[in-house]
Amino acid sequence: MEEALLRAVLFGTPILLASLGALLSERGGVVNLGVEGMMALSALAAFAAALEAGPVWGVLCGVGVGSLLGLFLGVFAVFLRANQFVAGLALAALGLGASGLLGKRYEGTPLPDPLPEGVLAGLALILALGLHLLLSRTRYGLYLRSVGENPKAADLFGVSVDGVRYLALALGGGMIGLAGAYLSLAYRPSWTDGMTSGLGWVAIALVILAGWQPLRAVLGAYFFGLLFFLQFRLQGSVPIPSEAFAAMPYLLVILVLALSGRARAPRALGQPFDRGR
Amino acid sequence: MLKLENITKRFGPVVANHRVSLEVARGEVLALLGENGAGKTTLVSILYGLYAPDEGRILLEGKEVRIPSPKAAQRLGIALVPQHPELIEAHTVAENLALGLDLPLAFSRRALVRRLAALLEGHPLGVDLEAPVARLSAGEKQRVELLRALLNRPRVLVLDEPTSVLTPKEVEGLFQEIRRLKALGLAVIFISHKLEEVLAIADRIAVLRAGEKVGEVWCQEADKDLLVRLMVGRSLAPPPKVPPPRKEVVLEVEDLLVPRHGFPVQGVSFALRAGEVLGIAGVAGSGQAELVQALAGLRPHQGRVRFLGKPWPRDPMSLFRQGVAHIPEERSMGVVGGMSVAENLALRTYPRFVRRGLLDYRAMEMEAGGLIQRYGIRTPSPRTPVRFLSGGNVQKVILARELQGGARLLLAMHPTYGLDVGATEEVHGRILELVQGGAAVLLVSEDLDEILALSHRVAALYHGRFVGPVPREEADRERLGRMMTEGRV
Amino acid sequence: MRWELDPSPSLWKVFLAYSLFVALALLLLGLLFLLYGVSPLKAYGLLLSPLGDSLGLAEVGRRTIPLLLIGAGLALAFRVGFFNIGAEGQLLMGAVGGAYVALFLPPGPWTLPLMFLLGGGLGAVWSGLAAWLRVRFGANEILTTLMQNYLVYYLVVYLVAGPWKGQMVFGFLYTDRFPPEAQLPRLGDTLVHWPTLLLGIAAALGLQLLLFRTPLGFEWRILGENPQAARYLGLKGGRLILLAALLSGFLAGLAGVGEVAGIHLRLLEPAQISLGYGFTAILVAWLARGRPLWVLFTAPLLGLILAGGDALKLALSMPFRVVDVVAGLLLLSLIGAEALSQRRLIWRR
Repeated sequence: MEEALLRAVLFGTPILLASLGALLSERGGVVNLGVEGMMALSALAAFAAALEAGPVWGVLCGVGVGSLLGLFLGVFAVFLRANQFVAGLALAALGLGASGLLGKRYEGTPLPDPLPEGVLAGLALILALGLHLLLSRTRYGLYLRSVGENPKAADLFGVSVDGVRYLALALGGGMIGLAGAYLSLAYRPSWTDGMTSGLGWVAIALVILAGWQPLRAVLGAYFFGLLFFLQFRLQGSVPIPSEAFAAMPYLLVILVLALSGRARAPRALGQPFDRGR
Repeated sequence: MLKLENITKRFGPVVANHRVSLEVARGEVLALLGENGAGKTTLVSILYGLYAPDEGRILLEGKEVRIPSPKAAQRLGIALVPQHPELIEAHTVAENLALGLDLPLAFSRRALVRRLAALLEGHPLGVDLEAPVARLSAGEKQRVELLRALLNRPRVLVLDEPTSVLTPKEVEGLFQEIRRLKALGLAVIFISHKLEEVLAIADRIAVLRAGEKVGEVWCQEADKDLLVRLMVGRSLAPPPKVPPPRKEVVLEVEDLLVPRHGFPVQGVSFALRAGEVLGIAGVAGSGQAELVQALAGLRPHQGRVRFLGKPWPRDPMSLFRQGVAHIPEERSMGVVGGMSVAENLALRTYPRFVRRGLLDYRAMEMEAGGLIQRYGIRTPSPRTPVRFLSGGNVQKVILARELQGGARLLLAMHPTYGLDVGATEEVHGRILELVQGGAAVLLVSEDLDEILALSHRVAALYHGRFVGPVPREEADRERLGRMMTEGRV
Repeated sequence: MRWELDPSPSLWKVFLAYSLFVALALLLLGLLFLLYGVSPLKAYGLLLSPLGDSLGLAEVGRRTIPLLLIGAGLALAFRVGFFNIGAEGQLLMGAVGGAYVALFLPPGPWTLPLMFLLGGGLGAVWSGLAAWLRVRFGANEILTTLMQNYLVYYLVVYLVAGPWKGQMVFGFLYTDRFPPEAQLPRLGDTLVHWPTLLLGIAAALGLQLLLFRTPLGFEWRILGENPQAARYLGLKGGRLILLAALLSGFLAGLAGVGEVAGIHLRLLEPAQISLGYGFTAILVAWLARGRPLWVLFTAPLLGLILAGGDALKLALSMPFRVVDVVAGLLLLSLIGAEALSQRRLIWRR
């Protein structure tokens, strides 16, 4: 039982980190569908840096690449006011493709000194709490929520809509990068193409399930973690094909979306803001 | 104090402001008068840093200033109360006001409320700081906007059409506040298209027409006729006469109940005769939209509704076929911008143009040509996408489409909102033509003058309940205002 | 200095914006090639190499077929406002349906039509499910259709590794070869299964007609551009969305049947059935700007990129993922250029 809970937390941590990252920018009104690709690229970057310079550099590099990719999305979603959904999907494909391409030389290389999972799991929990406080207790949080609800009003109030959104994408990207680093440095200390295996999409669905609340995302992530654990455990011991287990999380995401489809999203979610319009 | 010199602003080929110069002094109220589309809001947007002017400069206390953003405007001491309250509905009043403050990096909710309460102490406009904005009335929201603007202790206060959502009593309260601020030494720019208000509050009046300043007068020297001529470019025809209604009852509504988070419309009953206009006033959000939507088949309702003695069909398509026309509350709802004028004119009637499974575009455009002529829609061609048309012409497209089948009943909501005087006259003319032909009209509007000018009977909605109706002859602005705000006849 | 909306961009500026972004995309792609360790020029040469000979052109043609079918359906779905990202899964469903008919029903002249019917039907059911979830529960179709892709993926893996695994394939994960009645004719020695190609062209033409000349298309266009107006007019929005979703899923299903019956002649691992056609077709549709007819031009363009990716894979043993990179960059540069051309920089104040 205790082991189940522990594994649930460890399995749930990458989902939690990635979904906190997506949640942050979504509270500011920017949809991030690029999570999967961002995670993959930062996982690769973290792994490569850890091989060269050690695990701490690995983590830093993962976070940095995640932030940069967040800003990259910002160029399209904020600076150019392009379609956020399409930009995110393109980023997902680009990230997955580029990581597969660049990571080929690292396939199969083991990481000599992996990070302890517990440390990052604890950090994720602290980040969730921190994000909750950021949103409810700070000036930036108030600005971010305002921008996500009504950017026109926030702009009239003198809040820099674009600035707030860039920062959200960079901070959120950093968390998504941390999720990637967790995968390649602690969770499965290695690099394989496609190692994110859909976790990024699960994270996006979790944002909706959690109603855009960081603390609820914690519970959701651990719940998903528990399911992954059960999948691992029951595999082979019950007469159900392993593919059914592998498909479980995706089926679950669909169910979750159907159940929480009409949850109240930030009102300006997905809409580019243009002062002159 | 504040001076604008030769401001010019173009949007593509359209010149919104052409060499406009204005000046306002400390402790003075300058009214910017002009009809819809005259360029008032553009000018204010430039002043508040929302648009960059193409030419001209802005001087504050003699020094030229650059205003690249609302933030910069605020730093210079310029505050704006926008035409439509731009508040964050999901936040509390306190959180909204906080956006106007210099905040510490981190704070608790309680500390914020305490600080705001201290700042607002002794101010005549009181609000509940912890209430969510979504629950406020339009008038209260505007009060929040005004307080937010004042928190920064501005030198110049700009009010863009501040009275359009207010009841007559609220307008009086606002004017008192403006006079108080004026006495404190603020320079106030008051934007409006309503003559009476401008004459009541302004010291000086600048008139804009088609983007240009066409005149400026001291309030004492101003007279109505002169201002109208300046504003519109001609004298206005007297409002058209409405012939008396006939006997035949077109619409009977009994105990109409519309559910939606509670009951925004509660037990409304009335009857509407052929050739009659029933005007319905109300503070924004009192159930007008729900009433019209329910009758138009867009919202489920309870109660008995009969049309020409028959039960009321409940979907928009059958309603149209039986002769019910509907002008929606927002023009953008009534047209599809990317589709052509001809297609938009056929949004209701397209099944008529089907030949062997395909749409006969030739026939559709022929018919559109007729409607374009009859309704005086100014468009380069029936194939032009509607989004290239002006607001008045879009409204004419909607009218032409809705009325083409010989409507027996028109549900009209804010039919002239945002239109200039010429377009408003045309729309009113069409509605009266319809009435003369024996149709009934349910007219919902926020413009009390419009209601009083067109209606045979007037009523108000007050928290979803029907107040009145009373005959037009027994109603005036003040009485209608009381019906709206106190719920008594 | 100010960054604002340009209401009427000049053609020259639009051209400049697109050139800029295409150049940026090529630069970034070149950088990735360099990091991977191949000369960018050589890689670009290989990417375009299928244009050089008839064999290459046949490769492009073969990849154009599914892109045509799926792209036409997606152009319609996007126009109506149903953001179907799950064409990949719908294609696989089609392959499953086709394989079922081919493997388990008595063969005869009816086999091929029945394969298309069942395959298309399963594809339609699959996309219709997402549409139903959106209409009924408000579930975001971008995410549901995407998740459905994973579900079919595992379904196909399960089938080819388990119950449908061939009798004499030993360690390989695929079914037995389809009987001759279930194989599509091809053009000469190429892999161009022309009946499916004809279906694709017919789909592009048909959907164009449906969208712009019929009352149904009229309603679709109203709903897609202005859902509020559709409600005001009393159109049945849910039904219209469902219908568009079913059609696009059906076409993707047909594409799946074409792949298994025209090329592989068996059901095999999902990654081998589809080379990411579902995602690439999003680009095809996006490029076509909601006009199914334009797919006739955009599908071969993306077909070329897929064929070029294959050439890269063969010549440099590069992972096929490179196609994702090219597609992603292309999509980004398209939306970026479109957005950039609609903005301008004002230097004064």
